[in-house]
Parts: sequence; structure tokens; C-alpha cells
Amino acid sequence: MILALILGPAAAGALAFVLRADWLRRGLLVAAAMAHAGMTGYAWVHRPAPALGGWLELDATGLLFLSITSLLFLAAAFYGVSYLAHESHGVRKDFEENLFFSNAPEQVFTGCLLLFLATMTLVTASQHFGLLWVAVEATTLASSPLIYFHRHHRSLEATWKYLLICSVGIALALLGNFLLAVAAGQAGRHVPIVAADLVRHATQMNVPWLKAAFLFFLVGYGTKMGLAPLHTWLPDAHSEAPSAVSALLSGALLNCAFLGILRIQQVLAAAGQGVFGQELLLVFGLASMAVAAVFLVSQADYKRMLAYSSVEHMGILAAGIGIGGTASFGAMLHAVNHSIAKAMLFFVAGNILAAYKTKATGEVRGVLGVLPVSGVLWLAGFLAITGSPPFGLFLSELTIIRAAVEQGHVATAVAFVALLAVIFVGMAGVVISMAQGTPPETTVRPRRETVLSVGPAIVLGLLVLGMGLYVPPAVREAVQKAAATTGLGDNSSYGHGRHGDAETRGRGEAATTIAGAAVPHTTTTTTTARAEARTSNMATAIMWSRAGGRKHGYERRDHGTQATAAEGF
Amino acid sequence: MNTAPLISILLGLVLAPMLPGVINKTKAFFGGRKGQPVLQLYFDLWKLLHKGAVYSRTTSWVFRAGPIVWMAAGLAALLLVPLGRTGAWLRFEGDLVLLVYLLGLMRFFVVIAALDTGSSFEGMGASREVQFSALAEPALLLSLAALARQMGTLSLSGMYSMMSAQTLITAGPAMLLVAGALLIVFLAENARLPVDDPNTHLELTMIHEVMVLDTSGPDLAFILYGSAVKMWVLGALLMGVLLPVKTGHAALDAAIMVGGMMALAVATGVIESTMARLRMVRVPQLLAAASALAVLALVLVFR
Amino acid sequence: MNVWIDALIVLVVLTNLKLLGSSRLVPCIRILALQGVVLGLLPLVAGVEPITVRMVIVAAVSIGLKGAVLPWLLMRALRGADVRREIEPLVSYGMSLLIGMAALPGALWIGSRLPLPDPRVSSLLVPTALFTMMVGMFLIVSRKKALTQVLGYLAIENGVYAIGMALAQEQPLLVEMGILLDVFAAVFVMGITLFRISREFDNIDTDEMALLKD
Repeated sequence: MILALILGPAAAGALAFVLRADWLRRGLLVAAAMAHAGMTGYAWVHRPAPALGGWLELDATGLLFLSITSLLFLAAAFYGVSYLAHESHGVRKDFEENLFFSNAPEQVFTGCLLLFLATMTLVTASQHFGLLWVAVEATTLASSPLIYFHRHHRSLEATWKYLLICSVGIALALLGNFLLAVAAGQAGRHVPIVAADLVRHATQMNVPWLKAAFLFFLVGYGTKMGLAPLHTWLPDAHSEAPSAVSALLSGALLNCAFLGILRIQQVLAAAGQGVFGQELLLVFGLASMAVAAVFLVSQADYKRMLAYSSVEHMGILAAGIGIGGTASFGAMLHAVNHSIAKAMLFFVAGNILAAYKTKATGEVRGVLGVLPVSGVLWLAGFLAITGSPPFGLFLSELTIIRAAVEQGHVATAVAFVALLAVIFVGMAGVVISMAQGTPPETTVRPRRETVLSVGPAIVLGLLVLGMGLYVPPAVREAVQKAAATTGLGDNSSYGHGRHGDAETRGRGEAATTIAGAAVPHTTTTTTTARAEARTSNMATAIMWSRAGGRKHGYERRDHGTQATAAEGF
Repeated sequence: MNTAPLISILLGLVLAPMLPGVINKTKAFFGGRKGQPVLQLYFDLWKLLHKGAVYSRTTSWVFRAGPIVWMAAGLAALLLVPLGRTGAWLRFEGDLVLLVYLLGLMRFFVVIAALDTGSSFEGMGASREVQFSALAEPALLLSLAALARQMGTLSLSGMYSMMSAQTLITAGPAMLLVAGALLIVFLAENARLPVDDPNTHLELTMIHEVMVLDTSGPDLAFILYGSAVKMWVLGALLMGVLLPVKTGHAALDAAIMVGGMMALAVATGVIESTMARLRMVRVPQLLAAASALAVLALVLVFR
Repeated sequence: MNVWIDALIVLVVLTNLKLLGSSRLVPCIRILALQGVVLGLLPLVAGVEPITVRMVIVAAVSIGLKGAVLPWLLMRALRGADVRREIEPLVSYGMSLLIGMAALPGALWIGSRLPLPDPRVSSLLVPTALFTMMVGMFLIVSRKKALTQVLGYLAIENGVYAIGMALAQEQPLLVEMGILLDVFAAVFVMGITLFRISREFDNIDTDEMALLKD
């Protein structure tokens, strides 16, 4: 079924290039998106079998990121249909510079969009590092025509920067591949660079080469992910692309690049060198947040502002993994929340752009009046993305900060919170001034906001709100498993000092838990999933109960497991 | 082998003026002309020696000394350079440094002689000459250093006499790179295209020609003869690397080397006929490329 | 025999130096093609491992791609852009050559410090590959024409491929083909974008593309 997940959208994309009728193509887009989402949903229930001899397999992390991608693509497909219907053909006038440009043919848009989905699916399913590389490069190539949809010089500049910088970065990641193969070669003659095999032989691998490989992967895939200082292409590309594409780029593609880094971090942790990787990730993460904070304040273009916000959140993800322990759970949860919230914001931004015909924050006023639903969503989205309760990002960011403090990284936590505050203030100024006030006379008032233009955003907004109020157990378990596969759950090593890594881990399996935050004695290296689930359920139950009285239902439900867990100790 | 070096010196003295003749004949052939006779330079030298010299009133003893030192240093360099496998008459460790400095001495004196005339025309030529040789000299030194390292001795004669076909096989790439660098230096130092056109008389394009614009009579004869000897010296360095044959018979070796020198002259003629002169700003790049080749060769032999 | 492998590798270094020093774009494309072909041939002539069908296929595809297909794509883009020379690079050609000459010992030094498993083809290959990568990155940074930046990207890919050849165990055939396919697709897309850039800006100077900034 994994092959169907990849080849289905690819075939649909190829088909979209040859279809003539617009309605047929848009129908194909929606149908493919729904089919993909359906298959992904089914994969949750019934995990698909590995394909290509273990090269393609959906493990916990991969399935989580695939679900995010699928959900976002479904929303983008619906939004995109209304977007395409309103984009006129032929020559149009540019908003900002009074020059004429045309759009790319719709076949290119739809076809590349579907190919983009296929390549992203391939990234999430790849277990072989070489195949992962091929897929990530393919996503770059599939998405660059999408950025160049509005054919004028600004988008061309953005496309060129995106293409060149990401390709160069990914070429460096290829070097990382080769170095990884050398490191693996020392473990055995024919250890293929498949994640599971590498994890198994991790302790026999050549450490300096492994570290060098990690470095190149970090730089290479970090370029694609948008970590500072390799992020320079991101604001341009994400602001010049059409909003549906920006949502996918910010919400899904950056996660896929992050997946590449997670996989090598998994191998590194299994080899006992997890701390090396974590330190680097923490540095890059905080740097990204700082850079984003600097450029977000008084940003003149609201789509660029959203792009910098993506840089910030990617920094948060990296920092979360860098801190380790419960923070990696927080980071995975944050990946889910951020993608949903960012996509919603980009859809709303697209509506604002269509109505106001300008991307300058100084010229947009009174969105609440002109586009009532979009205005409310804009404000809600701002609150969501900056981490205000009751939205989901608050919980994930709180988890990360809490884990940082409990592990002794107080300075990191302080910096984290300070940067979040700066970003909140910076964005607040822009968003609130855009939402309120009197709109300029030249604004076009759309007759009404169509269902398709605001529907996806509403659904996503409700989702992120829901994730803040109640995390379904299935989701929580999936996120925990995803965090566990990165092998960074055991934070007792921090208590014993950095060199305790190799001793506190057993050989082979990298299945340590994320339980340590609330209960210091649960340093388990057991590999049974049930024990994992038990202890981590307990930990998160305690965490939720400390966070406030909203989680009564939770506590009641988990009472049984709490009791059994207590017996286990 | 006492007489062999003397014979190679004699060959150099006698045959050097034939090199420019061969080059001109080749260029004429390419141009579809009959061209000057091959022995034209001999006739020119004979004619010039029988003329009187004219000295400008602004010049001093430096101007009279220039051509003399030019020829004298050239002849001294001839004493140091081995012709193929037969060694030079003068040999000691480190004589390659002396060779390079003798060439530098030649250049220095002709430059100050040119400056001595007080004409801005010659000064311009002098400045160009000095700029280009500042870039060419490192290439020459680095190439000779690579050769020295490869052969394990700092004496030119020692280096060249130890070279054989085996050297080309074991250190082939390095030798080829050295040959390439030496070829570019040969073209640059002897004022050949693509660095300098010996036939041009336009202000914009002259380098060597213009420095000796005011010399006449025997002085000019010394300059021309010294240039031919310099060409022979650098050519011997180059052909010694490219033709590492060692037959054992001194006469046969000498004959092969002379044949090699003539072949080099023909090759120079071909290069001159097929390439255009480089723009002045591109010549430093060419010389930097020569240095790059020499550095690469040095790096290869140091491995 | 070993020496002539070294000669081929030295040829690669010379192509890099020529890339640094040449301002004419058509010879640059041809030089890059030569570099790709030599690197593709190297495993076949090195004689380190017995020649298998797989090796021949990979070499043939890689030589065909880098020697014929990619230069053809780039020439087409060049013709569409109607540009012949890189006139004003950010770092002049002489200086670029000197920097290249300074980088060469650096690459050799790094190569000598790496604890190689065993130098299978030649001990010069890894430093040369590193040098190629350095030259590629330098080209991207110091040149203005978009086409030269694509050439720099291809040089980086050549360098990485050479390191892979020198160091790694054999990659599975699928992955090798995937890498080559990706490079082809990347150049294809870049070529199309170049064409559009030349249409849009009337030249391919990336200096002109500096509108988007904070």
C-alpha cells in the first residue's frame, strides 16, 4: 500500500498535465487528495507492510508526518480549487509594481502539486538514506514550478534562490550519505544504510565518520528545513508562492526535511553519541528563533512575516529535539500543531491578499470588517501560532520549556521564553493593526466569502484548538512513539553527565522512554511497548493534571493505568 | 666526459641564431609566404657588427652597459645549462638558482638601459616587461624546484643527466605539468606570441621590442644574439624534460637534442601562427596558470 | 599504471583551475563535461575492483548524462539567454586562480588528515574531490551569471560523486540511478528557470535579482 500512496498521486499528477478541462483537473486534484487521506487514515488502523525490501516503511515518525502532509494537502486541495477558480487566465496587472504578468498554465500547477504530494510521501516512507536523499531533492524540483506560478520577476527571483540554495544544501547532504556509508562499513561488510539496520549496528560504527555524516546531514537538510543561518531562501519562496502552496511548503515540506535530520539523529543516539547531535540542534534551534525574532519585528510584508514565523517554529522543533527527554515529545506534538496552524494562517492570508491586492502590512486595515470570517480566523491564527492558550502550540511549547527547566537548561529555557515573547509582540503589532481600523477605499469587497475559501481554514483552526484542549489518545500515543524512535527519551543521562550516554544505554535497540520528566526513577531501557505506554501515559497524565483542571476526563480514564503502573514499580 | 660539455656549448653558440630563423620560416609557411632565409639572423648580426652605434645625448654608461651585460649573462647561462644528458660545463649544487638569477640579471640591465634613455616609450615597455617577468619567474623557479625534488638533486646537470624514459613513466603527470609550465615561461620570456608579438611596432602592443628601440649597431647585434642564446637556454631546459633519451653516444645525444630544439622552434612558430596575442590584462592570468601548473607539479612530487 | 590514474586525477584538477580562470561560458560547459566524463571513467580504468555489469551500466549512464545530456541542456539555456561571457565577476579571474592555487594545498592537507579506510583508487582522489567541491562553491559565490552558478552546483555534485567513489562501499543501483536522475532533473529545471530569467530580466545577472530583501 505504501507504493499506492506514492504512485497514486504521481500518476494523478502526470494525468493532470494532459487533461484539458479545468473542472476535470480540479476534480482530479480533490479526488486524489481524498484518496490519499483515506489511505493514510487506513494506515493508522492497519499499518502497511514494508515495500522494496524494507526500504519503504512507515514507522511511527513517518506515519505521523505523512498524516500531517495528507491532512494539509486535503485542505489545500479544497482551498486550491476555489483559488484556481478565481485566478483569471491571461495577462493581469501586478499589485505591487504595476507591471503585467500572467500565471502559469493551470495544468502545471495541478500536476506539480500532485507530484509534490507524491515526493513528500516518498520522503516520509523512506527508510534508506539514499532513497530519502533522492526524495528530498525531488520535492525541491517538484515545488519550484509551484513557486513560479505568478510569473513575474519577484517570484522568479524567489524560485531561483530556492532552487539553487536548496540544491546545494542537498548536495552536501549527499556527501553525508557517503560518509554514513563509510561509518557503516566499519560495522560490517554489507550494512545497507537503512535506518533500522544502522540502529542495530550502531555501536559498531566508526564514530568520527558518523559525527561528520551527521554534520553534513544537519547542514544539508537544515538548509531545506529553514534553520538559520541557512534559511535565506525561505522568506522569499514562501512569500512569493501562491497561498495554498505556501501552506504546503511551510506546513509539510519543512517537516519532511526535519524527518531527514531525525533519522540520522536516531542513528547517532543509538550509537551513544546522541548528545553531540543534540548540542548542535539546540544551537541551530535557538539561532533560528533569534533570527526569526529579529526579522519578524516590524516586518512590512505579512506573508514574509508568516515565513519568518515558520523559521522560528522550525527552530523550536530543533531546540526541542536538542533538549531531549520530554521535550522531544513536545517537539513532535509541536510539529503537528504548527503545521495545522501555519496552513490555516496562509489560507487566510491568501484571502486577504485577494481582497486587498497588496502584501504590505502598512496598507491593509480593517480585515474584520471587509472579510469577517477571515478576520476572526486571522486573529485566532495569530493567537495560535504565537503559542497562546487554549491552542495546541501552547501545550507543546510549554512541554519543551518545562523539560528544559527540569533538566537544568535554565538559560535555554529563559532564552526560549524571551524569544517567544519578542515574536509575540512583533506579530501582535502587525496582525492586530491589520485586523482593525478602517479599510482603504480601494479595497474590493468580495460579495461573500465562499465556503471553499474559508472552510479549510475553519476546519484547521478548530483542529488546532481541539489539540490544545484535548489530545486524543491515538494521537498522543503516535507522538510518543515518534519521539521514542528518535531515541532521545532518556534524560537520566543528563543527570549523570554527558559521558554517561554510552553506559546508560544498552546495545542495539534505541527504545528508551520519555518518562523521566515527572518521575525521576523511571529510567527504563525496556523495550516492551506496553511498559512504554504505561509509564509515559502516567507521566503525561500527571503533567496534564498539573497543568490545570481541564483534564478531568483524562485523569479518570487513566486511573486504571496509573494503578497498574504504580504496581509495576 | 670533458669534451662533451664543450661541444654542447659550441653547439649553443653556433646554432642559437638559427632558432629565430626557423620560427620565422614556420610562420611564413603558415602565411603562405616564402619568408626570410633561415640563416637571416646571422646575416643581420654580421651587418650590425660592421656598423657604428648612435648614442643619444640623454643616455649614460648604463645604456652602453645594458646590451653588453645582456649578452654576457646570456653566455654565462649557456655555460650552466645542460644540453640533454650531457652535463653543463659548470655544475654545482644549486646552480639552478644561479641560472634563474642570471636570466634576471639580463633582464634587469636591459630594463635599466631602457629607462636610462629617458623616453617614456621605453619606460612603458620596461614596466610591462618587469610586471610579466615578476609572474613568470615564480613559475620557472617552481618548475625547476619540482624537477629538483623529483630527481633528488639541486644541480641542473645532475637533474637532467638522471632523467630517462623511466622518469616519464614513474612521474609522468608531474613531468608533463612541468613541461607545460616551462613552455608558457619560454613563450613569455622570449617575447613570443601569445605574450608579445615580435613583429609588431605599435605602441599599444610592444614589450620587448620597445625596450631596445634606441639601440643600434653592435649593441643591437649583442641584443639580438643574447636573445637567441636566451631562447636556446630556456629551450634546452624544456626539451631536456620532454626528450629524456639516453643513447649513450654523446654525438647521437647531442644530435637528438639539436633536433629537439629545432622541433621546439617549429612548434613555437605553429603556436605563433595559430594564436592571437592576448590582451595585456589576460597575460597575468596566463602566467598565473603557469604558476598553478608548477605548483600542482610540485605538490605531486612531494606526495 | 598507477601514475596514469594520477594523471587523470590531475586532469580533473586542471579542469577545476580552468573553470576558475575562464570567462567564456561555452568552454566552461565543455570543461565541466570533461570533468564529469573523466570522473565517470575513473572506476572503470582504475582496475581496483573487477569490472561488473553494474559498474559498466552506472559508468555509461553517468558519462552519457554528464558528457552529453547536461551540456546539451546548458547550451540550450545559454543560447536562449544569448550570453557568451562572464564579464564582471565579483572576484577577478586572476585572483580566482590564485585563490584556487591556495585552496589546492588546503584540500590536500584536509585529505591527508582524514582517516581513510583504504585508498582504493588513488590517494589523490579525495583531495581532488574536496578541491572540486571548493571550486564549485567558490563559483556559486563569486560569479554573477546564473549559468555559472549552475556550473558551480554541478561541480559540487561532481566532487561529492568523486568522494563517494573514493570512500564508500557500493551504493545500490537504484540509489545511484536515482542520484543521476535527480541531477538531470535539477539541471533541467534550472535550465528552464534560466530561460525564464533571461526573458524576464534581459540578462542572467543574479545581481539584478536583489529585490526581495528585508
